[in-house]
Amino acid sequence: MTDFMIRLEDLTKRYPGQLAVDNVSMDIPEGEIVVFVGPSGCGKTTTMKMINRLIEPTSGRIFLEGEDVTDINADQLRRRIGYVIQQIGLFPHQTIAANIGTVPRMLRWDKKRITERVDELLEMVGMDASMHRGRYPKELSGGQRQRIGVARAMAADPAVMLMDEPFGAIDPITRERLQNEFLRLQAEIKKTICFVTHDIDEAIKMGDRVAIFGNDHKIQQFDTPEMILSHPANDFVEDFLGSGAALKRLHLRRVREVTLTPWPTGDVGVGRHALRSALAANDDHSFLLLLDDNQHPVRWVSDRDLDRTEGSLTQAGLPVTAIVEPHATLHDALDEMITSNVGCAVVVDSVGAYQGVVDIDAVMTAINALRLETRERFAVGSWHGVPEAVGDGGPT
Amino acid sequence: MTVTATDPGLHPAELELEREGSALRRLARDPAKVWGYVGIPLIVIVSWIALYIWVTGLELDLIEARILTGEMIREAFVQHIRLSLIATVFIVAIAVPLGMLLTRPYAKPVTPIFIGLANIGQAIPSIGVIFFLALPFLLGIGAQTAIVAIIIYCILPVLRNTMVGIDQVDSALIESARGMGMTKAAVLLQIELPLAVPVVLAGVRTALILAVGTMTLATFINAGGLGDIINQGIVQNRDSILITGAVLTAGLALLIDWLASIAEEIFRPKGL
Repeated sequence: MTDFMIRLEDLTKRYPGQLAVDNVSMDIPEGEIVVFVGPSGCGKTTTMKMINRLIEPTSGRIFLEGEDVTDINADQLRRRIGYVIQQIGLFPHQTIAANIGTVPRMLRWDKKRITERVDELLEMVGMDASMHRGRYPKELSGGQRQRIGVARAMAADPAVMLMDEPFGAIDPITRERLQNEFLRLQAEIKKTICFVTHDIDEAIKMGDRVAIFGNDHKIQQFDTPEMILSHPANDFVEDFLGSGAALKRLHLRRVREVTLTPWPTGDVGVGRHALRSALAANDDHSFLLLLDDNQHPVRWVSDRDLDRTEGSLTQAGLPVTAIVEPHATLHDALDEMITSNVGCAVVVDSVGAYQGVVDIDAVMTAINALRLETRERFAVGSWHGVPEAVGDGGPT
Repeated sequence: MTVTATDPGLHPAELELEREGSALRRLARDPAKVWGYVGIPLIVIVSWIALYIWVTGLELDLIEARILTGEMIREAFVQHIRLSLIATVFIVAIAVPLGMLLTRPYAKPVTPIFIGLANIGQAIPSIGVIFFLALPFLLGIGAQTAIVAIIIYCILPVLRNTMVGIDQVDSALIESARGMGMTKAAVLLQIELPLAVPVVLAGVRTALILAVGTMTLATFINAGGLGDIINQGIVQNRDSILITGAVLTAGLALLIDWLASIAEEIFRPKGL
């Protein structure tokens, strides 16, 4: 019927004496992450739960892969849709393997296939299968439980996943890492994902498209993060974005998308003399980046550190603290940069080998490019491509 | 399709500590518990041996000699256990399904009625329940009446604990289970009930102890049990008989409680 994976048509949910969702229509394209964001009580979670009919709509239709699923058996429907909630909800009396196998068991897969799938998923979310499959949820850390929650939702390979504040109950450092991991995973698996959060920064970071819900239980704007940041549809959206919209746009660019700056480096093994001459050959830099045998960055050293002869080179100078991977956003990189002692963030690949550095100039260039990009797109008028976007936010 | 990631999890050694391999290992970490497991049966057996030595050393008169025979005591003892166990089996068979039913949303309006009835059963003195049911136009005297009376008197702990056990299951678990497409029945049987098991078992344990204690009253409606011996001791005014009945009953209650505590340990779902 359409190219859309999920289509919501005039969905309304009314509780006695209270309106929860008011006439929401929306198309969610295949393979995209669509984030529902808004203040408490705006209807974002209710809307999401109407997709798998944990909440039955008062009126309106729901389509999944072109099929009207508003009236089909809800249990059967839910087995086709992955579901992750904030509390994760792993069954404490079941092993990790049994938890992940929940939906395949209901779909009556044979045992061998389930076992293979469980192991595959554990590896996919970065957990050692032989070590974890027989464990119980309480033996895992919060971050590991969250990963198992995602693995469980993906078990039967559903085309669509619903995620209700999946990173909400996790400490900020782990959350950051899990978000990045999830985006990397999504780049491979390309699920259609409906993601609910109340955190606008998370929405901008995670979403291919973002739907902002207002206090009137309607969608205020449904568009790409770039367009929402550069052209908020109304005062509500602008307020909701809060201050620092320019800074938030740094969430939209990843380190791998910018040109890395080379930095003078030296091997720990080559000796102080060679290192000193390498540093001397560079007028612009007063620090040399020491790499170990595996090309992992280890220390920042200056001339003075090299002059001190006592102690090993691996203890000289300053430790390298600001390290980012290519999938990190420029926002992450800037954050690292500011706390770093040399004013730039070292970029390493997935095995930790040195790739280059990002400095403040690279960030500035990226901001300017972003600004230019959205302006151009606005000029050709292609930005209001999504029909259900409410409000016309562009300057006239 | 592999994501390389540094595991933010616990150190392996830490995990090993947290692992709950077997009930035995769980025990090994709690010396107080071990003492409970070994101490209770030890006390009971020692007291029974002391009783035996004391009674065999007495010079028994005719009445004592008639009642304090191995056969008589064994019969009363076995009958007592049989009646208590049958009553408890019925209690579990009635109260657990009823408790499951009463926690369903559609049963909410009638829940207070059932809890009220069970409360009445326990609030009325047990001897009253037994004599009332033994009235000729109701059940009459005999073992069945004793069992029915004990069921009425002891059903509340199991019913209430089943309901509490199911109600205390984290609603997030139920939401995630329903969200993955588990039917309501599957959620009840695979998630709610297993997680309620420890609380239900605690209720069964209470009911068992109550049943063993209260069953001594069965003697008054001619249903046998250790109450026969105690009652003979009172009626015939023979302390040796009274003490024998009392020590056997108390020891039996302690032993049953001990067995139930082991059952709780064994049937508790792993991972909790």
